[in-house]
Amino acid sequence: MPDGAADASYVNPRVTGETMMDIKNIVLRFGGVTAIKDVSFDILKGEIRAIIGPNGAGKSSMLNVINGFYHPQEGEIWFNGKKRGPMKPHQIAKQGISRTFQNIALFTGMSTLDNIMTGRLTRMKVNMLMQALWYGPAEREENEHRAVVEKIIDFLEIQAIRKTPVGRLPYGLQKRVELGRALAAEPDLLLLDEPMAGMNVEEKEDMCRFILDVNDEFGTTIALIEHDMGVVMDIADRVVVLDYGQKIGDGTPDEVRNNQNVIDAYLGVSHD
Amino acid sequence: MGENKWVAEGRDTFPKLLALNAQRFADRPASREKMYGIWATHTWSQVNEETRAIATGLMELGLKQGERLAIVGSNRPPLYWSMVAAQMIGATPVPVYQDSVAEEMVYVLEHAEVTFAIAENQEQVDKLMSIQDRLPHLRYIIYRDPRGLRNYDHSTLSALHKVQELGRETASKHQAELEQSIANGNADDVCVMLYTSGTTGNPKGVILTNENVVFAAASSVEFEGLKETDETLAYLPMAWVGDFIFSIGQSYYSGFCVACPESPDTMMADLREIGPTYFFAPPAIFENLLTSLTIRMEDAPRWMQRLFKHYIAFAKENGGKILDGESVSFGTKLKYWLGNIFIYGPLKNTLGLSRVRKGYTAGEAIGPEIFAFYRSLGINLKQLYGQTEASVFVTIQPDGEVRDDTVGIASPGVELKVDDDGKVWYRSPGVFREYYKEPEKTAETKDAEGWVDTGDAGFIEKDTGHLRIIDRAKDVGKMADGSLFAPKYVENKLKFYPNIYMAVVHGDGKDTCTAFVNIDLGAVGNWAERNNVAYASYQELAGHPKVYQMIQDHVEEVNASLAQDEMLSGCQISRFLVLHKQLDADDGELTRTMKVRRPTVNERYAPLIDALYDGSKEVFADTEVTYEDGRKGSISATLEIRDVKTMPTISKVAAE
Repeated sequence: MPDGAADASYVNPRVTGETMMDIKNIVLRFGGVTAIKDVSFDILKGEIRAIIGPNGAGKSSMLNVINGFYHPQEGEIWFNGKKRGPMKPHQIAKQGISRTFQNIALFTGMSTLDNIMTGRLTRMKVNMLMQALWYGPAEREENEHRAVVEKIIDFLEIQAIRKTPVGRLPYGLQKRVELGRALAAEPDLLLLDEPMAGMNVEEKEDMCRFILDVNDEFGTTIALIEHDMGVVMDIADRVVVLDYGQKIGDGTPDEVRNNQNVIDAYLGVSHD
Repeated sequence: MGENKWVAEGRDTFPKLLALNAQRFADRPASREKMYGIWATHTWSQVNEETRAIATGLMELGLKQGERLAIVGSNRPPLYWSMVAAQMIGATPVPVYQDSVAEEMVYVLEHAEVTFAIAENQEQVDKLMSIQDRLPHLRYIIYRDPRGLRNYDHSTLSALHKVQELGRETASKHQAELEQSIANGNADDVCVMLYTSGTTGNPKGVILTNENVVFAAASSVEFEGLKETDETLAYLPMAWVGDFIFSIGQSYYSGFCVACPESPDTMMADLREIGPTYFFAPPAIFENLLTSLTIRMEDAPRWMQRLFKHYIAFAKENGGKILDGESVSFGTKLKYWLGNIFIYGPLKNTLGLSRVRKGYTAGEAIGPEIFAFYRSLGINLKQLYGQTEASVFVTIQPDGEVRDDTVGIASPGVELKVDDDGKVWYRSPGVFREYYKEPEKTAETKDAEGWVDTGDAGFIEKDTGHLRIIDRAKDVGKMADGSLFAPKYVENKLKFYPNIYMAVVHGDGKDTCTAFVNIDLGAVGNWAERNNVAYASYQELAGHPKVYQMIQDHVEEVNASLAQDEMLSGCQISRFLVLHKQLDADDGELTRTMKVRRPTVNERYAPLIDALYDGSKEVFADTEVTYEDGRKGSISATLEIRDVKTMPTISKVAAE
């Protein structure tokens, strides 16, 4: 079954039906602006979940709510069976959710290898002094982390740029490195904010392949925001559609494609 | 046949050689592969065990003696093992160019009646599956890298490591049969079947016997003194005869270690890490190395550039002499020694060529400048002339007799002759048995006495015995005035300029010669950057007036050098155009080994050729292109045609 989700009858074998994240009645306000109005949906374990919508629909805000960066004024988030309260930044980092950004946020002066290595930071246990001395357990630990990072480099086929400073790489490769860094944390849930933005057709095809392979190979649950409808319909198991901060559609790509509200939102029916 | 010395020594087949190596070089490295950033090494005894596991697994899966097994992938030790594993069963390995599109692959796999295929990864498995319904003989596909293949139907599909597990589980059941099969193998058995890329028509399946390959390996190993301590990097296509002879033939015969790069893109970095002592590359690789070196040198500080230029100029004058063992003054030696510390040594180290004892270039003519550059650094680079049909070796340059204009003397055991038409023929124990299923074509190429037509026109220098190749015999023609037309000779001269990627010269039966030129995007792009020439696409850069001027200067220089050769003076180029797209193997314009397919180019660009001869100043071109995934599109452009000065022949001027 090489074409995966493109086939309508295809069912992602990794989805068991167990819920990973339950988002209930989220309301998010910035001062007088309500960015998200009473949105609820869930993310099942093992699935590829897409969040789509026109510009300003609240997609990135939703992603920030999911990873705990924004605190919604109302609503509940249940993650892995537990209700999540407000978190400190280090707690956010350690909860098992990692993400990539719409505008690439890498350390441009550092090599690909080092950038991906930073993704392992939350998993390093040895204290700073030991690391500086590179003594005993520190050396062992670094070797273990390096092995994980090398597997990711191999997986993303970026061996040739292992030692290249990220700032010198073309955009498409930088995106790939960023995905690598997110993967390095071995997340349960991977959030991708417009992974294909600004890419040419070939780069998009590669990125789709990697997203499907990440899901297949590591069993990682993925939530992604994307503008390219073709891509979303091809790779996502389920899609949630936002417009002006409200949920207007939720279901399989086919259901969403035939949903009148969604068609209206995309073709631009006037809002009153 | 069969009475040669290798039989007595048990070295007449590769499975037997492997068993021998597992004893004599048990703990020495046989192959290396970079995985997850670390070089993993396999010793000969490990390779023996791994290969036998594959063979047993294949037996259990039903591969039979006399069947053919395709290998589709880039250089990986397990794929090499699979070839020898097939030989253990008495099956024939058929390596296939892994970057061929599915359509090209169908012909070869169908023609070879392949029953098993071993693919490197999902990409190749998908390709094979897409053509499986047209391959009635194909029963089973095996892959190396399981990634992405988890959800495929595994009824006739399996991972190579699973095949090995199966082999290990059923080892006792098949052991006697396997031993018998290995012992039965002899010099007359088919060793490998290699498809020649073919500049005309369909590829032909060249059948090489064990005797052919063992002869070629043994004689070259002895000629060059290769030992088990040598090391090489296998990065050229596995379907190419050279790779088979070097990475299996010579390696198994002499016991040297073959390293495989991590991925095709990391080849340069891997070369530096491995530091091979024995290295083979087509001229294009050496050109690329030199181009990137020149580009990087331009970014170096001023004083470093000066130092570099000074010592390189000095090496150009003396380096070759020192390498050839000619006597030079003590002062020169001292200065070269200093140069080695400051420039040559670090440079070779950066290139990964510090340890090269024997370096070859072949496949195409190499530019004299480039050749001299590497030799002047003290790298023992030599030319080799060979063919698939000869198990590579036809001629070779011995140490101390290296020149840029010849391809050397006959290799050990090879006889050479030039017939009345100027065509070069050879005969040796390395000569192929036949083209698979094509007796007429075999008879066309190989005569009853075993002489093989190289298809190249050339002559043997009387005083030195060195062979000089002029051109492909079928390409050599006559101009309208009866003078010699040798397109490839002129094209090579043009291609020696880093800015020119490819050239196609026309003129057979015409009054004048004309040319298509392809710019080299790397070199010209870099030049554009330095000279503030803005461009948005290959097409725009190719059509830029300044680029045209630069190419025109190159063409005029070539004309000037052709004018000095009375025989080829008629081949001077009077008009040329720069093509709007790069000639590409995916469009059938080049072979997979990057040689121009003249008939295809002439047909696809017929209007452009007409325009070159009808005197027009520009021509509109609309060309279909094939993308890597097989989809088609088209590129159109209006191309400028330039007239070029031609020179009077030098000797004629002198005579008048």
